[in-house]
Amino acid sequence: MTIRAQIAMVLNLDKCIGCHTCSVTCKNVWTSRSGVEYAWFNNVETKPGVGYPQHWEDQDKWNGGWTLNGSGKLVPRAGGKISSLLKIFANPDLPEIDDYYEPFTFEYGHLANAPESQAVPTARMHSAITGKKQEKPVWGPNWEELLGGEFDKRGKDSNFEAVEKAIYGEFENTFMMYLPRLCEHCLNPSCVAACPSGAIYKREEDGIVLIDQDKCRGWRMCVSGCPYKKIYFNWQSGKSEKCTLCYPRLEAGEPTICSETCVGRIRYLGVLLYDAEQIEAAASARDEKDLYRSQCDLFLDPHDPQVVARARADGVPDSWIAGAQNSPVYKMAIDWKIAFPLHPEYRTLPMVWYVPPLSPIQAAAESGMLGEVGMFPDVSDLKIPLRYLANLLTAGDEAPVKSALERLMGMRAYMRGKTVDGAGDPEILKKLGMTEVELDHMYHLLAIANYEDRFVIPTNHREYAGDTPFDQEIAFATRSECGFSFGDGCHPSSPKLINLFGTQTHPNTLSGKPKDS
Amino acid sequence: MNDPLTAFFFGIYPYIAICVMVVGSILRYDRDPYSWKADSSQLLRRRGLRWGSNLFHVGVLFILFGHFFGLLTPHALYEHVISAENKQSLAMISGGIAGGLALIGLLILIWRRLADERIKATTRFMDMAILLLLFAQLMLGMLTIPQSARHPDGATMMTLALWAQHIVTFRPGAADYLTGVAPVFKAHIVLGLTIFLIFPFTRLVHMLSVPFKYLLRPGYQVVRRGRRASPLG
Repeated sequence: MTIRAQIAMVLNLDKCIGCHTCSVTCKNVWTSRSGVEYAWFNNVETKPGVGYPQHWEDQDKWNGGWTLNGSGKLVPRAGGKISSLLKIFANPDLPEIDDYYEPFTFEYGHLANAPESQAVPTARMHSAITGKKQEKPVWGPNWEELLGGEFDKRGKDSNFEAVEKAIYGEFENTFMMYLPRLCEHCLNPSCVAACPSGAIYKREEDGIVLIDQDKCRGWRMCVSGCPYKKIYFNWQSGKSEKCTLCYPRLEAGEPTICSETCVGRIRYLGVLLYDAEQIEAAASARDEKDLYRSQCDLFLDPHDPQVVARARADGVPDSWIAGAQNSPVYKMAIDWKIAFPLHPEYRTLPMVWYVPPLSPIQAAAESGMLGEVGMFPDVSDLKIPLRYLANLLTAGDEAPVKSALERLMGMRAYMRGKTVDGAGDPEILKKLGMTEVELDHMYHLLAIANYEDRFVIPTNHREYAGDTPFDQEIAFATRSECGFSFGDGCHPSSPKLINLFGTQTHPNTLSGKPKDS
Repeated sequence: MNDPLTAFFFGIYPYIAICVMVVGSILRYDRDPYSWKADSSQLLRRRGLRWGSNLFHVGVLFILFGHFFGLLTPHALYEHVISAENKQSLAMISGGIAGGLALIGLLILIWRRLADERIKATTRFMDMAILLLLFAQLMLGMLTIPQSARHPDGATMMTLALWAQHIVTFRPGAADYLTGVAPVFKAHIVLGLTIFLIFPFTRLVHMLSVPFKYLLRPGYQVVRRGRRASPLG
């Protein structure tokens, strides 16, 4: 056993209002430069829908993630190392930018500077790549916002597998939910596995998956290797870029920018301890439906004295062990089993988990035939089909999702009783298999969601810096360094008389000044 | 003695070109590692790349290794295996086929770069220049084939190989071998050396980063360790 710690995230979809604040703040911090205008390290999709890039969940099309080969061994779905190198001249699984959308800007300056004319001046849309005028955008990171578009197209959503979907196209049966998506910082990342240069790596100390920008050679295998399509190729720099889980903030004990600015308070960050030696076995479960459980089994109980002793021996600092013991993520994922990984069938062991959303009760309720099972409605009557959520979160296994929804509903019923009648119904506790203390705790974490309860982030530790006090200087020397740049450090605009090794072809158009076409 | 131009282009220029290539590449790798990349444009336009890039790379790599082994293997090493005549026929046929593949691929790539708005907008001077230089070089190379067909005895090939072997072993008088060689060979060599010369300033550097190490990586995953102190307490 080798114990490692990772900062994991949970998103409570029950409270996501789809405001895109996470996406916008993330964009402003990380992807507001040329070449990645089209990239959203965090985007919020309306489900059901085919998403961004289009049909990203359809791995028959993109070949992302892992699969088991004939002898049951875990291999990248797109093929092994030799096969990958053979595809290096042209990657057959790479999306084209139109699968995301052609980046554009509006010519805002024209509104102020247009000469006097009969008609009101307009700010036309311009392609950020060619600088040419465009008529209209045709896709985007949230194109199907609030069920935009036709069901024929939205209905191609892979999560409809084994769902009789025809009725959900009818107005009165329609349903929707939001799905904020970011890099999963997987335990078994297929992007790392696909990178021929070895430029992508997982940090041992906190599990964050990063791309070394100087080592990336732009072979673009990671883009297709990631089944979540959360690695973006910067068409201007020729390098791949991805969500960093805002590691400079995490190291300082602050939540990621998407979590910090989430107005619905749906995001939680906390430490999970796991056994690194069991990763391959967990990802190799024969039956896809076992993958959710096999991943749960990887996580170790931070209250177990043996685990604590072993973690310390493996170099996990005490502050991180304490963080794991107070981790909201551990409580939701393991103690209460109300959070689930996104598409465990990709076998990457993702570390951003989701609490499934409740939804209105189906038509049965209207006719007074509410199928109550005891004290709260039957979750099978919810508008969002159980199977749909199960396809999204547990590779189609409905039982765990059903149990989570019952706990969410039961918690509401119990707390309502407590507030209105002065006492909660003990029958509910029995049915949910939880104690009052636990349910109360769950209520506080989910409903009140105080800042300090949502984010339990141990700061990066002096121990990571090295053995002697001088080693701390290494940590401090990298402080305030630049983030993504074009390889020219903090002075992107410093004029060079001559650049022998190739310059940028495009200025940043995010300012609203179109490129000259 | 031969004329000063021949002496320069085939006795001195090779060393200049190779020096700039080696030193320039080292400097670029060291000073500007961020710029070291394949610079793929596949994300912007898929069309044409699958055929164009695959045909070009397969063809050109075969030709590259063909030249390398064909020119630099000493005659004594292979004379018992294959006669000079047969070697020349082999080189002409296999090189002709690979050259044809590379030429088709290159034409697709050039067409894509000129005709596609997105690719055109992201094309730097050197991106286009290197494609056109490679095209010219491939054409010259193909033109040497009919020239060689007129002398099927393998003598010219042997002369060129001796020149190359003298250059890489720093022996004087290398340029003398080329005095009587047909102009098309000379042009092919000078242009080839020029491609060596500008190599570090183009996207060609990506060929030095062919990720063979990938095949040697144990397993698939890469984990970077923070330098951890011994356990606390």
